[in-house]
Amino acid sequence: MQKRISHLPFHDTPEQAQKLDAVIESLKGQAGAVMPALHQAQDIYGYLPLEVQKKIAEGLGVSLEEVFGVSTFYSQFSLTPKGRNHISVCLGTACYVKGSDKVLDRLVAKLGIHPEECTEDGEFSLTACRCIGACGLAPVMTVNDEVYGRLVPEDVDKILAQYAAK
Amino acid sequence: MKSLAELQAVKERSVGSLTLREHGATPNPGSSVRLNVLVCGGTGCTSSHSEQIVEKLHEEIKANGLEDEVEVVRTGCFGLCALGPIMIVYPEGAFYSCVTPEDIPEIVAEHFVKGNIVKKHLYQETVQEDGSIKSLNETRFYSKQMRLALRNCGVIDPEKIDEYIARDGYQALGKVLTEMKPDEVIELVLASGLRGRGGAGFPTGLKWKLCAPNQADQKYACCNADEGDPGAFMDRSVLEGDPHSVLEAMAIAGYAIGATQGYVYIRAEYPIAVKRLQIAIDQAREYGLLGKNIFGSGFDFDVDIRLGAGAFVCGEETALMTSIEGKRGEPRVRPPYPALKGLFGKPTVLNNVETYANIPQIILKGADWFKSIGTEKSSGTKVFALGGKITNTGLVEVPMGTTLREVVEDIGGGVPGGHTFKAAQTGGPSGGCIPASLIDTPIDFDHLAAIGSMMGSGGLIVMDETTCMVDIAKFFLEFTVDESCGKCTPCRVGTKRLLEILEKITSGKGTLEDIDRMEELCYYIKENSLCALGQTAPNPVLSTLKHYRDEYIAHVTEHRCPAGACKALTNYSIDPEKCKGCTLCARNCPVGAITGKVREPHVIDTDKCIKCGVCMENCKFGAVVKK
Amino acid sequence: MDMVNIKVNGVSYEVPKDSTILEAARYAGIDIPTLCYLKDINQIGACRMCMVEVKGARSLMAACVIGVNDGMEIFTNSPKVQESRKMTLELLLSVHDRKCLTCERSGNCELQTLCNEMGIEEDSRFEGALPAGEKDNTTLYLERNNAKCILCRRCVAACQNQHVSVIGANNRGFDTSIGCAFESGLADVPCVACGQCIVSCPTGALTEKDNTQDVIDAINDPEKTVIVQTAPAVRAALGEEFGLPIGTNVEDKMVAALRRLGFDKVFDTDFGADMTIMEEASEFIHRVQNGGKLPMITSCSPGWVKFCEHYYPDLIDNLSTCKSPQNMEGALIKTWYAQREGIDPKNIVSVSVMPCTAKKFEIKRDDEDAAGLPDVDISLTTRELARLIKKAKLNFNALPDEKFDDAMGISTGAGVIFGATGGVMEAALRTAADVLDGTSHENVEYHEVRGTEGFKEAVYKVGGMDVKVAVVSGLSNADALLQKVRSGEADYQFIEVMCCPGGCVNGGGQPIQSATTRAYVDLKATRAKALYDQDKAMPLRKSHENPVLKQCYEEFLTDGPNGHKAHEILHTSYVKRGV
Repeated sequence: MQKRISHLPFHDTPEQAQKLDAVIESLKGQAGAVMPALHQAQDIYGYLPLEVQKKIAEGLGVSLEEVFGVSTFYSQFSLTPKGRNHISVCLGTACYVKGSDKVLDRLVAKLGIHPEECTEDGEFSLTACRCIGACGLAPVMTVNDEVYGRLVPEDVDKILAQYAAK
Repeated sequence: MKSLAELQAVKERSVGSLTLREHGATPNPGSSVRLNVLVCGGTGCTSSHSEQIVEKLHEEIKANGLEDEVEVVRTGCFGLCALGPIMIVYPEGAFYSCVTPEDIPEIVAEHFVKGNIVKKHLYQETVQEDGSIKSLNETRFYSKQMRLALRNCGVIDPEKIDEYIARDGYQALGKVLTEMKPDEVIELVLASGLRGRGGAGFPTGLKWKLCAPNQADQKYACCNADEGDPGAFMDRSVLEGDPHSVLEAMAIAGYAIGATQGYVYIRAEYPIAVKRLQIAIDQAREYGLLGKNIFGSGFDFDVDIRLGAGAFVCGEETALMTSIEGKRGEPRVRPPYPALKGLFGKPTVLNNVETYANIPQIILKGADWFKSIGTEKSSGTKVFALGGKITNTGLVEVPMGTTLREVVEDIGGGVPGGHTFKAAQTGGPSGGCIPASLIDTPIDFDHLAAIGSMMGSGGLIVMDETTCMVDIAKFFLEFTVDESCGKCTPCRVGTKRLLEILEKITSGKGTLEDIDRMEELCYYIKENSLCALGQTAPNPVLSTLKHYRDEYIAHVTEHRCPAGACKALTNYSIDPEKCKGCTLCARNCPVGAITGKVREPHVIDTDKCIKCGVCMENCKFGAVVKK
Repeated sequence: MDMVNIKVNGVSYEVPKDSTILEAARYAGIDIPTLCYLKDINQIGACRMCMVEVKGARSLMAACVIGVNDGMEIFTNSPKVQESRKMTLELLLSVHDRKCLTCERSGNCELQTLCNEMGIEEDSRFEGALPAGEKDNTTLYLERNNAKCILCRRCVAACQNQHVSVIGANNRGFDTSIGCAFESGLADVPCVACGQCIVSCPTGALTEKDNTQDVIDAINDPEKTVIVQTAPAVRAALGEEFGLPIGTNVEDKMVAALRRLGFDKVFDTDFGADMTIMEEASEFIHRVQNGGKLPMITSCSPGWVKFCEHYYPDLIDNLSTCKSPQNMEGALIKTWYAQREGIDPKNIVSVSVMPCTAKKFEIKRDDEDAAGLPDVDISLTTRELARLIKKAKLNFNALPDEKFDDAMGISTGAGVIFGATGGVMEAALRTAADVLDGTSHENVEYHEVRGTEGFKEAVYKVGGMDVKVAVVSGLSNADALLQKVRSGEADYQFIEVMCCPGGCVNGGGQPIQSATTRAYVDLKATRAKALYDQDKAMPLRKSHENPVLKQCYEEFLTDGPNGHKAHEILHTSYVKRGV
C-alpha cells in the first residue's frame, strides 16, 4: 500500500488550529499517543498533511518520520483531502462474490479517477474499502454516510447524478 | 458499587422492564406498558435506516397517544441481517422484516392501536397456516441456534446498564470478587474448556494461568476487537448488542491475573460499537463497576478504548500491542510471549470479544454446564457470520460440533437462485475452503484444522458453482498482500510473488511448473513468516489446491475457468440469432465496446471489452453469452 | 554465569543461559547467516535469514532473537533450513536491482556473499513486480538507492540509536520503503550526516557521496597544488580495506600511498588537532576566568555540531567556537602555509581524508573560509581513499613506510588520540594542566575518560580548581546529557561530545565490516587501541609541545591562542537550525 500524498496547498482555520492544539495538549505525556492524535487530527482536517503531522510530532516529542511512518501504515489515515462526496466501495468477500468489483469498475469509468484519488473539481473521491459489515446488503457502497446496498453497476449512474446535482 | 446488595437492588428495580420481551409474555400488572417494540440497532440494520424507523415510531406513537403503553427499544443484532431492518413486537413476538419508515403508520395504527398484527410485513415463516404467529425460536433460522455469547443481543438496550444488570449482569464479577481467589477463577475457566474465539483456539484459562504468576508494577487485561476478516462481524455484534458482558469479563480477567488496566482495541470502522462501548464504560464507571475498589473488594480495574486505523495485521496480538503503543502495527517475535512481556513490555492477557462474552456465564453457571455444550475438545458455542451465496445472510450462534450442512441448509436456508452449494470458506484469509463433499463435517476447532481450514474468528462464506476457487484464492491473497505489514521477507515478498503466480494462472498464462512453484512458496511462507498473518496466508491456496486441483489444472492446461468467473478466460459475445438490435447493451456499455445499428444484431469488440457483464445483465433477450 | 545444555546438529554444548540461538551456535563454531541482525543495534527477526530447525517446534525459528533453553536441540544445516535460506535469498533478489558488477559494495556486500555461498542463480525463479526503488541524492554526503535495499532496517535502528530518527519504514507491505517523512530528501530533514546508517547497511543501498573523481581531477590539473591531510582515525582502519587485521595502524603505508597517488603534500590532521587543543584549552580557560558560557562543549565532531544546531539550538553558545581539526588545518594551509611557500591560495586544492561523512557537510558550512576560500575543498572518507588506492592499483601492503611532510606533518600523541572517544578531553587536560599549573606534568594519561562506554565523567584538579568533565559518544548519550545540561541538572564545566559511538574510529566514513565480524570484534575498542599505542610510543605527547605549532604562533598567529588573529582563522560560528 503506497500512500498518495497531496500537494494541494494546506488551509487551516483558527478554530481547527485551536482544536488540534487542544488535542495535543490532552495527549501530552500519554503512552501511545500518536495514534489517537492522528485520529483526532484527521477528524478536524479530513486528512493529515505535513503541517498537521509536524505539529503532532513536535507536540508529542517524537520525530516527524515516526509520525509519518504510522500515518502511512494504517489504511484509514489519509494524506490526501477527501472530495466533497466520498465514495467507498466494499470489496469484502460477500460483496466481492456478489459483484462489487463491477460496481467499482463502473465508478472508475464514470468518474475518471482510481481508488484513493479525488476528482479535479474536488467533488468526488473514491476508495475501495474492506468489509463494512453490511454483508446482508451486498454489494454495498457508501457515499458520505449514506449506504447503498444490493447494487448493480447501473445503479452507479443514478446515484452519481443525485450527488452531482446537489 | 460498594457491595453486592447495591447490585441486587438495581437488578430488582430493573427486572420488571424486561418481562414483556418474550413470545407470549403477560404484561406486568403494575405497569402501563403493554407493548415492547424492539428495533435492531446493529450496523446492518442501521445501514438500512433502522434509525429512521425508530424516529417514525416515536412520531406515530406520540400521534396516537401511546407513549405510556408502548416502549421502543433499540437493541443489538438479531442475526437475520438478510431481512433487515428488523423489528419485533412483544408480547406477540411479531417479527416484522424489511421494514421501511413508510410501513410504520400502518403498523402503529393496526397493530399497536387495534391489536391486529400486520401480517404482510411479517417474516413469512413465522405466519402459520392457521394465521397464528410462530415463536421466532421455532423458525428454521433460530431453532438450531443456541445463543450464549449473543444471549443479550436483540433482547436488551445496550445503552442501558440497568437492563444488563436485570439479566444477571455483573453478578459474575461480584461473585468472583467476593467469593473467589484469583487462582480459583483461573481453574474454573480452565475447567470449562473455553478456547479463544479469535481464531487459533488457545485455551483461555491456560493463557490466564501463564500470565498470573508474572510479577510487574503494571499488568494489562486487553480485548481484541480488531475483527478484520472480510465478511466477519461477530465481535462487532456483541459489542453493539451487549458491551457490558465484555467489560465485566475483562474485569474478571484482570482480577484473575492481577491486572488493573484494560484496553479494548477496536476497529475504527465500527463507529456504533465504539459509541456503545464508550457509553457502557461511562455507565460502569458511574456505578463503580469499573474504577477503584469495586464491590468494596479492594480490586481496581479500568478500561480504555484504543482505535485501530485499518490494518488487518493488528488483529495479531503482538501487532495489536505495538499499535496501542502508538507505533506502526508490526508484529514482534514471540517468545517472549505477551503473558511475560506484552503491552508496554508488561505482562498482558489478550482475549477476543466473543471469548470474553462467554466468561460471565461460565462463572455463574459453572464449568460443567459449559463443558456440557459442544464437543469434547471444543466446548460451548461459536458465532458465525454467514455470508456469500446463501439465503439467510446474518449472524448465527451454534453449539460446537454442529455440522456445516445444518448451518448452511437449515439455518442458512441454502443457496439461493437455484444454484448449488460448492464450498464454504471459514477462517477468512487465514482459513481454507470446505468442499461440498465435506459438508457433514462437525464444526469445531479440531475438525476444521484437520481438513485444512480453521475456525478463524467466525466468518463463513458460502460459494456456489459460479465461484472459481482459483479466483477465490487470488482474492484472499490480494487481501493478504494488501494487509501484509512488510516487516518479514516471506510475507512481504513471498505473498506478493504468490499472488503474481495466481494472477498468471487466472489470466490463462500459467504453467504446470507455476503450480509446483506456488506450492513450494506456500510451504516456505507458512514455515518462515514472522507472525500468524504470514504463516496462515497460504492456507486459501493450499486448501483450494487440495480440494480443487483440477480447477487449477484446467486454468493452465486448457486455459479455461470451469466456473466461468475469471475475466481473462471468458469472453462476451452476442448471439446474432437472438439479438433484436434494441441497442440497450450498447448504450449501457461503459467502454463503448458494442456497436451495431438499430434493429440489427450488435457486436462486441473483445479488445475493448472490460468484461464487466453489464451487457449481459441488460439484455432482455438472453442474446449476450459468456464463454 | 548460568549455563544450559543444548545440542547443535547433534553435538552437545554448554552455553550461557541468556544466549540467543545465534550466539549459542557460535559456541559450537557455527555461524548462522543473518541480514537484519546487527549486534547491539538491530535485533528484530525480520529478514528470516537465520531460520533454524528446533526439535519440537511447529515452524522454523529465528536464531537471532529466540533464546536457548535447557535441552534445546537445534539444527542449523538440515535440508529444510538450507531450502529456507535459499528461498529467502531468491525472494530478496527478486526485489533487488542485481547490478553487482558496478556496485560499490561488490565484494563487501552481505547479500552478495550469502548468495554466492548458497549458490543462488542470478535469474530469480520469482521475477515479478519491483518496489519503487526510490533514490535520494539530495545531500552532500550520502546517497540512498532503495533498489538495493532489502528492508533489514539496520539503518533505521542506527538512526534511532543516534536519537535522530529521520529515516524509517514508510507505507506498508510490499510497498514498504525506507525514507524520510513526506518523501523529503535527506537534505531537507534534520539529518546530522553521521553516516552510521551507511556502515550499518549490508548492501549497497546506502553509500557516501563519492568525491574521488574530484580529487583525481585536481591532481591531474597542473595549475593546482593538491594538499591532503588525514585524520587520526583513518590510519587505524584503512588497513582493513587491504586485508590487514582490524586495529592495524597503517600510517606509514598510507602516507606512501598518498604520495604515489600524486598529492603534492601529505599532512597530518593530528597537527590540526594539536592546534585545536591550544585554541580550545585557551578558550576554556578564558571562559572559566571571565564567566563565559559553561559547560563548554567540544566542536570537533561535525555530526554532533549539526545535531546541536537542530535539536538543541538553545545550547549553541555552549559549543566551543573552535573549528574542527580538519578545518583549522585547512585554514592554516591556505593562509600561513600558502603565504610561507608563496602559493596563491586559489591554486591550492585542500583535500582531507576523514573517517566521517559529516565532514563533507562541514567543509561547505558558512564561516569555514579563512582565506576567503573554503578551508577544505574536498573531503573523502576512509573508504574513498581505499577506492583511490585500488583504482591506482597500488599494492598497498608492499608500499614502503614513509613519513608525513614536515610543516603540518609534525604532531603529538595528543593529536593522535583525537580519533577515540575521550581523546580530545585527555589531550585538552594534558595541555590545560601544564599551562595552568605552570609545570610539565609527568603523568599524561587520564584513564577515567578512556574506554568505549558511551558516558564517562571525572573530576580533575587543574590549576588549583576542580574541573568536572564529561565525555559522551553516540548521540543518544549526548541527548541524555544535554537534557540535563538544559535543565541545569548537570554541573560540568567541560564536555566532550563525539557523534559516533566510540568516537571517530567508529565513524560513518570508516571501512564497513559485516555483521558477523562485528559480532566477534569490538571495532571501537580495537581501532582505538591502535591510536593509544601510537600515542604511548611518541616522544611528544602534549599539543603545546608541538614545535611547528609553536612556530605558527610565533610567526603567524602572533597574538597567541584564542587571540584576535586566531579567532579570524581558527574559530567559527553556528546557526540555529531547528527541526
